[in-house]
This record gives sequence, structure tokens and C-alpha cells, in this order.
Amino acid sequence: MNRVINDPDRVTEDSLAGVLAAHPDLLAATEHPRVLRRADMGGTPRVGVVTGGGSGHEPAFLGYVGPGLCDAVAIGEVFASPTAKSFHAAFREADQGRGVACLYGNYAGDNMNVKMAVKLAAKDGIRVETVVANDDCASAPPDQPENRRGVAGEIMMWKAGGALSAEGADLEQVIAVSRKAIDSTRSIGIGLSACTIPANGKPNFTIEAGTMEVGIGHHGEHGIAVLPVAPAREMAAIMLEKILADMEFGGENVAVLVSGLGATPLMELYLLYGHVDEMLRARNITPTHRFVGNYFTSLEMMGVSLTLTRLDGELDRLLRAPARSIGLTVLGS
Amino acid sequence: MAGTISLGDAAPVTIEIARAVIEARDHLSEIDGATGDGDHGVNMAKGFRLVVERLDGKDFDIREGFATIGDTLLSDIGGSMGPLYGSFFTEMADALDGKTEIDPATLAAMLKAGEAAIVDLGEAKVGDKTLIDVLTPSRIAVEQAAGSGKDLSATLAALRDAAATGLESTRDLVAKRGRAARLGERSRGVLDAGAASCELILRTLANGLSERLS
Repeated sequence: MNRVINDPDRVTEDSLAGVLAAHPDLLAATEHPRVLRRADMGGTPRVGVVTGGGSGHEPAFLGYVGPGLCDAVAIGEVFASPTAKSFHAAFREADQGRGVACLYGNYAGDNMNVKMAVKLAAKDGIRVETVVANDDCASAPPDQPENRRGVAGEIMMWKAGGALSAEGADLEQVIAVSRKAIDSTRSIGIGLSACTIPANGKPNFTIEAGTMEVGIGHHGEHGIAVLPVAPAREMAAIMLEKILADMEFGGENVAVLVSGLGATPLMELYLLYGHVDEMLRARNITPTHRFVGNYFTSLEMMGVSLTLTRLDGELDRLLRAPARSIGLTVLGS
Repeated sequence: MAGTISLGDAAPVTIEIARAVIEARDHLSEIDGATGDGDHGVNMAKGFRLVVERLDGKDFDIREGFATIGDTLLSDIGGSMGPLYGSFFTEMADALDGKTEIDPATLAAMLKAGEAAIVDLGEAKVGDKTLIDVLTPSRIAVEQAAGSGKDLSATLAALRDAAATGLESTRDLVAKRGRAARLGERSRGVLDAGAASCELILRTLANGLSERLS
């Protein structure tokens, strides 16, 4: 295992030290070692926006803390939910007296820890409402949204919720728009090679050479089909077909996010984006917001995820709003 | 009286459980890798290593030992196992409040309280291919043994057997809870990692208490 690490059991801690050293203008340490907050929370009290999740998905989750996005983040071990105490501490950091929106992904551990943390926060008199992202349309059938994972589409939820909080909206409104953002979003991934949790030292799943796993999860969870590796244009078609079959898109504006899973060259992500863009336009769907890069990764997994968000006027405005973070910066227009 | 064990005499069982989990680190991760993300053993071992460090050189009884396990897992181990096993041990410790020894009825009360906390949090049922498939039949076996007047030694044997049977039952189940639930039929044919760690914990508890009975 050739990796840029020291102690495989301390990768998360060691990486956090580097993040703080690199981004003192954006992120600040807190009393809790696994919670970071915005370096500058801004003046007027707003609804606090919190996220959290396992490490290994960088720049998610800490990379989306900053003005116009999240206020605090709870950080877990590699591919493991943060503790209830971490989420609780993040709620305390983010709370400015107007309540906290906790926007996170649908995984058993995160659900349990958030549930416990919300109870702990209630004892402090902090009101926390949650939205759990379930944008991965390959992870369960459409009639089982409660079984679907949250993946790269969470970025749309953070962007919309964070922007509305910055506008001064109240907690109910921030929750409603975050829910609308994720409900209007569908994602799917294709995995081309496995990844290795440093503390494990070997891959915990396999993708045979010459094959690709369609619908793979961000932790290597099995997808819906294992197929021979196809040209990029076919990958784009397979992913787009699944997403468009899952939710009505048509004659409207969308946001498109193509994310690498960690080891796919940016060159190839753009190559894929070109096909997606062309196929969308052929269906009279206009990609108004376009994001191509490593937005939500899975360690060094090779592969790509595609996310589409159906936009109404409000979501379009919120995606345009200024934001600054490690993972996403929008200048505003 | 024969067939009970004092909380102080049972203290070393805390460390035995911790060491058993630490030793099973790779084994548990491997089972988890078949249907989950392969981090179960890593996270459990990390938590229980902290437990050993925290109890090192301290004078404690098994109630304090279990409370330390509970607090450590809740505070320092995330994932789903931190809150589940953290609550489990915290509740088992609470069930020992005011007790001086473990008899069959106390053991049943401990397991009942621990199981209730896990069910509340994880909402799994028997047959969902989770640690509940080990824990619930184990609790029932202990309650039945205690209720029919069996001594602690026989009650612990019943616990060990029920846990082993429960673990094996997960092999042919299709996961309905946790991350493996998304695999559907593909989760059949392998053991559940949470059930494996639960069986290990209950087996080590039963063996540890049995050895100190005499």
C-alpha cells in the first residue's frame, strides 16, 4: 500500500492538522477535536447549518464549510459516521440562537448519531431540524427513498440551505429549501477500481480488471450491475438514462455535477462531462450550473459520479449566491 | 451462595471482552467487507483499545468497567457501532446499579436493558440480519433459564449456545437493516458483521463469568 501517510490509524487526525494549517482563513478548530467551524461566522445571527460524515470523501464534508455554505462540520473516522458527541458539539458551534439545520447523508451510523445528538442539543435548548440526503438513485428502488444513500447531491443541499441561511431566512425555510434541493436531485456512480481504508491495509471489495460497477456506493457498496468497461460516452448514457428514468426532467434548467471518486484524472471527468452536456441538450434540458471536479470522493477509488438537480427559480438563485469553501467557491452573479 | 459472582470478581471480564474484540479486528473487518464497508473490526478495536488504556491500573468492578466501555464507545467511536454498543454497555452497567453480585436474574435484566437500547436506536428486528439476531435470542434464553430456576453456570451455557445459534442464523438471511440492506439477495450466504461481534462479546462474557464461578 503506497500511501502518503504516517500511522494508518491516525490518518484522520493527521489530515485535519494539515487542513487547519492550509486554510486558517476558512476554517477554525474548536474545543472538540473532531469539529471544525467557519473561521468567521459573520455578523448577523443566522440559522446555523451543520453537516458531518466519515472521512475519506474529501473535500466532503469539511470542504463545504464557509460563507454561504455550512457553519460547522462533525468529522468521523475514514468511512465511519462521526460520534453523537461530535454532531452535538457541531450544533453548539453553529447555533447563533436561531436554530440549526443539520444536513447530512442517509447512512445507518449517521442517522443514529444525529438522532442522539439532536436529543443532547435539546437539553441545551438548541433547536435542531434535519434533512437526510438520499440522492443515490442506484441504491434502492424509487418507492424506497428511505433506503437510498446520500452522495454527491448533498452539495446541492448544502449550497441551497447555506445560501438561504445567509439571506436571513428562518429555520423552517432553510429546512424546506434544503429538502427541496435534495428531493430535486438524483445521483449515480460508476466504480472502476476499489479503494483501501489505510487502517485496513487492503481493499475491502473488488472490481475485476476490465469491468465497471454501475451504481457503486461511496464506500464500495455493490451497485446494480457489473458490466465490461465501456467508452466514456456509454458510461454517460448509462448514468443519464438511470437518472432520467428516476425523475421527470425536461424542457428546463438543471445543475450538473460530475465528481471524480478520487483517482480519475480531471481530463477524463471533462471528457465525460462533454458527453453528458451534449445528451442533455439533445433532450432540451439546459445545464445552467456546471460543476466538474473532485467534489465528493472515495479515497483512491477510480470512477465517477453524476448528479443532476432540477432547478426552479429559487434553487437557481441560491446556487448563484456567493459562497467560499475548500470544495466550492461561487463569486456570485 | 453458589451460582453468583460478585461485581468485583467479574471485573476482569471487562478487559477480556476488550481484548477479544481487539484480537478479532481483522476477522470482523473481513466479514464486514463482504457486505459492508469493511471498517467494523477497525472501529471496534480502536474503541476497545481506548477502554483498555482507560482502565489500565485502575481499581474497578464490572459495573464501572461496562460504564467505561459505554462511555468510550459513545464518545470516541462513531459509525453505527459506537452508539449501538455504547448504549448497550451503558444500559447493562445501569442495570447493575445497587447490585453487589450477578445472578441469573441480574444477567437477564442486564441483557434486557442493553437490548432495549439497541432496538430503540437501530429499530432492527429478529430476521433483519443484524446483531439483534444474536442478542434477542440470547436474552430470551437467559430469561428462560433464569425463570426456570437454572443456576448461573447453566444460564451462561444457555447464553453461549443461543448466541452461537443466532450468529449462524444470519448466514441465510437477507439484510434488511444497516448498510448491507441495500444489497438485497446479495447479502445472503455470509454472516453479519455486527452479529459476529455481538456473539464474540456475549461468548467472552459467558466464558469469563463461568471461569470465575467455581
